[in-house]
Amino acid sequence: MFSRRVFLKSSALAMVGVGATPAWLSRALYAADAPSPRKKVLVAIFQRGAVDGLNVVIPHGEKRYYEMRPTIAIPRPNGASDGAIDLDGMFGLHPSLSALKPIYDAGQLAVIEAVGSPDPTRSHFDAQDYMESGTPGRKATNDGWLNRALPKESGKLSPVRAISMGAALPRALRGSNDAVAINNLAEFQVKDAPSSMGFESMYDNSRDKVLNGTGRETFEAVKLMQSIQKQPYNPANGAKYPNGRLGQSLMQIARLIKSDVGLEVAFTDVGGWDTHVNEVGAKPTQGQLANLLTDFGNSLGAFYQDLGDRIADVTVVTMSEFGRTAKENGNRGTDHGHANVMFAFGGGIKGGKVYGDWPGLEPEQLYENRDLNLTTDFRDVLGELVTRQLGNKSMTTVFPGYEQPKFRGLMVG
Amino acid sequence: MRKSLVLVLAILCAAVPAWTTKKKAEVDAKRFQEKLTKDEQVLHALDRLTFGPRPGDVEIVKRMGVKKWIDLQLHPEKITEDRALEVKLAPLETLRMTQGDTEASYPTPQMIRQVAQGRQPLPDDPVARAAVERQVRRIKVKKDEKDADPMEPAVPLDKLLSQAQIRTLRNGKPEEKKEVLASIPQEQIDDVVIAMPPQMRNQLMPIAPESLRRKFMLSNTPQQVIAYDLSEGKLYRAILSNRQLQEQMVDFWYNHFNVFLDKGNDRFMVPSYEREAIRPHVFGHFRELLEATATAPAMLFYLDNWQSVAPDFSRRQGRGGAGGRPARGLNENYGRELLELHTLGVDGGYTQKDVTEVARCFTGWTIKDPRGGSTFFYNDRVHDKGEKIVLGVTIPAGGGRDDGEKVLDILARHPSTAQFISKELTQRFVADNPPQALIDRMAKTFLDTDGDIRAVMNTMLTSKEFLSQGAYQAKVKTPFEMIVSSIRATDAQVDYAFPLADRIAKLGQPLYRKLEPTGYSNANAEWINSASLLARMNFALDLTQNKVQGTKVDQARFHEDPAHTARLMLFTNPTAPTRDAIDKAIADQKAKNPKAPPSPALVAGLVIGSPDFQRR
Repeated sequence: MFSRRVFLKSSALAMVGVGATPAWLSRALYAADAPSPRKKVLVAIFQRGAVDGLNVVIPHGEKRYYEMRPTIAIPRPNGASDGAIDLDGMFGLHPSLSALKPIYDAGQLAVIEAVGSPDPTRSHFDAQDYMESGTPGRKATNDGWLNRALPKESGKLSPVRAISMGAALPRALRGSNDAVAINNLAEFQVKDAPSSMGFESMYDNSRDKVLNGTGRETFEAVKLMQSIQKQPYNPANGAKYPNGRLGQSLMQIARLIKSDVGLEVAFTDVGGWDTHVNEVGAKPTQGQLANLLTDFGNSLGAFYQDLGDRIADVTVVTMSEFGRTAKENGNRGTDHGHANVMFAFGGGIKGGKVYGDWPGLEPEQLYENRDLNLTTDFRDVLGELVTRQLGNKSMTTVFPGYEQPKFRGLMVG
Repeated sequence: MRKSLVLVLAILCAAVPAWTTKKKAEVDAKRFQEKLTKDEQVLHALDRLTFGPRPGDVEIVKRMGVKKWIDLQLHPEKITEDRALEVKLAPLETLRMTQGDTEASYPTPQMIRQVAQGRQPLPDDPVARAAVERQVRRIKVKKDEKDADPMEPAVPLDKLLSQAQIRTLRNGKPEEKKEVLASIPQEQIDDVVIAMPPQMRNQLMPIAPESLRRKFMLSNTPQQVIAYDLSEGKLYRAILSNRQLQEQMVDFWYNHFNVFLDKGNDRFMVPSYEREAIRPHVFGHFRELLEATATAPAMLFYLDNWQSVAPDFSRRQGRGGAGGRPARGLNENYGRELLELHTLGVDGGYTQKDVTEVARCFTGWTIKDPRGGSTFFYNDRVHDKGEKIVLGVTIPAGGGRDDGEKVLDILARHPSTAQFISKELTQRFVADNPPQALIDRMAKTFLDTDGDIRAVMNTMLTSKEFLSQGAYQAKVKTPFEMIVSSIRATDAQVDYAFPLADRIAKLGQPLYRKLEPTGYSNANAEWINSASLLARMNFALDLTQNKVQGTKVDQARFHEDPAHTARLMLFTNPTAPTRDAIDKAIADQKAKNPKAPPSPALVAGLVIGSPDFQRR
């Protein structure tokens, strides 16, 4: 739709480009420009390698769980530091995830059980691909669900609507909407100032439509990032992010959210979950899985704490390509399985509850006699968050071939 | 009255975009009929058939005539290859090795574990052997801390080199380091490499001669050598080969029949895949290319066909499902991509039923020993013997391997395939939205010549649309093209190409690592986003200021006169905004520091990062 305001805005912007805009116009422009600088944000975290969901959220009410995992089961809630942290009498958090319990108690963290991709593949490569494209079983999809999740908007778009923390743009964020991969906010610039000015002027004035458009957006984004960089960042409310990649990425994302630069979707990932051998150490709070969960829980906890009231605008969702075998293997580990667990937390989440139909762990209840069965499609969860958090109701676009996801009521509709 | 005014406005608003689109299409169509000047023709042909002109190329094409030069590029066997290229390729041995040899010499972490457990022998090559042994020791060390072995090499470094030499290798100037390395007797090289600490090897990597650099890499991360060889090989060929169109075609067809290097054992299969399934057929008949890719272990593994068995196979065997091992069955991945991406195209007129039927025809096309030598193998035991109907053609029951061959015959001669391949070629070589009339003529050639790729290319490259204003500068360079063309334009000397591959990945196109079977897009949109545009500008500055490892630009060749320098690299005049921005940058620099005039290298960097240079 054409409107006079848009026309004014774009011609005024052109003036900003050549540096002739009076300050009052610039202020008015940017004020009028963003209808609400506070955006709703969806943050997606991918746990690569297939996390063992049954040892993340422990079905401690299931006798079979303890029978199938004689050496790697997490003890029932026992008041001691090595038992599961009870959630609802049936399920409990791994003891290394204690940082998530306060969010659950505040009613802002939801657990979704027996969830995942319906595709039967047990290949990390294929399953990650399917979960990121949002089209299980279909390899030729060229873009990712999180890119398609961006609502259609008219007018000027923020150059940093969609970001990924990492060197390369992940599959989930690839697509027709501009998305930026940022390793480090400080690196997002042209290395020397005189050349930067030269390039900016070239691209601003270029008659090449494609390069002129992206060039302008790029230099706008660079300026945004530089202005954010000028202030040192101190996480609020005493939040302490772990030093790992996940914690540091979430800190940068929190910083962007608080800067109101128009961020709407963010993606980051964390690897190492492929625990075939020695998944659990001498104690449940030791070993590979416990170490990973400590970093994971504390990173998410710090993010929640740091955002404070701003959590009202934010939803975080976690996922992993598939679950692991219900039974432990011969090396105190687990092999590639099927359904898994997801977390969703944020201001709009109706948390403090475990969602999803529990299929049980008896032999006849397992998938292919070995893995947790699937009762919720991951697109049911993501579809609801995209619809209710981002306001994008076009499921034909976001999840082609799965147009009517079954919402679980994770958010107020 | 008021109502009708609103109505009129609504109609106007609705009509404007439709009208402009139509108008734009007409303008575009007209542009493909407008001729280029003689000079434009020369530059255009070079821009499209090569990875960018080098100094002197324009003169060569002018002398020969554009038509004759294009024809020569279509017949690479008539072109003498550059001796410098052979020298560069010589050390990249995995490009010539069989899969089995590669697997034995360049172990993955899994293999190292198997050696540690005594389930596999050590490789024969001394450096590979030492690498495996060292890693095997690491595993043992991790297993049992008490048994800690300090990983001492057979001969310590200070027994092989003097203290002074070791100091120089640590802290010396590049030239001094080179001298020390050159002074090591040939028979001691392996021992020295093994004795060096990994950090020292990493530091020496950029200045070491190619053969030594390989030994360093082998000692540090043996499993990376194949990716290294592939990237270096591809870069050197694009930079140096005289058979430029052939290299463009290898790139095009590999991308069309894409395989992702990092999917499991594909790592070992990709060198022979490119060498045997793609390269020999790039100007051949499409049916042969299709056969070569359909039977390539790399493709069978990548699209899972090696695991696909008749839908009732598990029942025939009396197992699967409820009892222990998961049921095996039909896998449609290859069947689907064969139709959608390799031949007919997504709108090529096939149904889901056709996908399933095609997949059934290819059951039993598998790999012998996928973890070992990996060769194609037809396994009749798992083949679906029932009748199939593919695109309306009945393939009778009781067939064998021939079922798949029949499918390839149908697909390779299908009009949709002729259209789809022709369209992809025009998108790559002419423009993102190529004129349909040209595609139709190419498709006709395709069908008339039984899919002779050289003939189809000839139809395209001799067409008026190819040498038209509509095609001129219409393509945005891919990251690979951008970086290679900058090396060629500046006549940079590359002694170590791998860091360039790293840069190409940063620009968004990791070589051999396109995960999806679609390959990279032939159109512009995929390449231009904020992060990649910044990476292009930063690369331009690093290249011209000699900050790219292993690559050296002779800054003396940049001219004092900025316009001259711009022409040196663009092979034509810069556009007005680019020229103005360069002039302003120089003026600013002069104003800031009158005593030190801006260096021509600054100008060169601005030119290579400019919008002008991103086009071809």
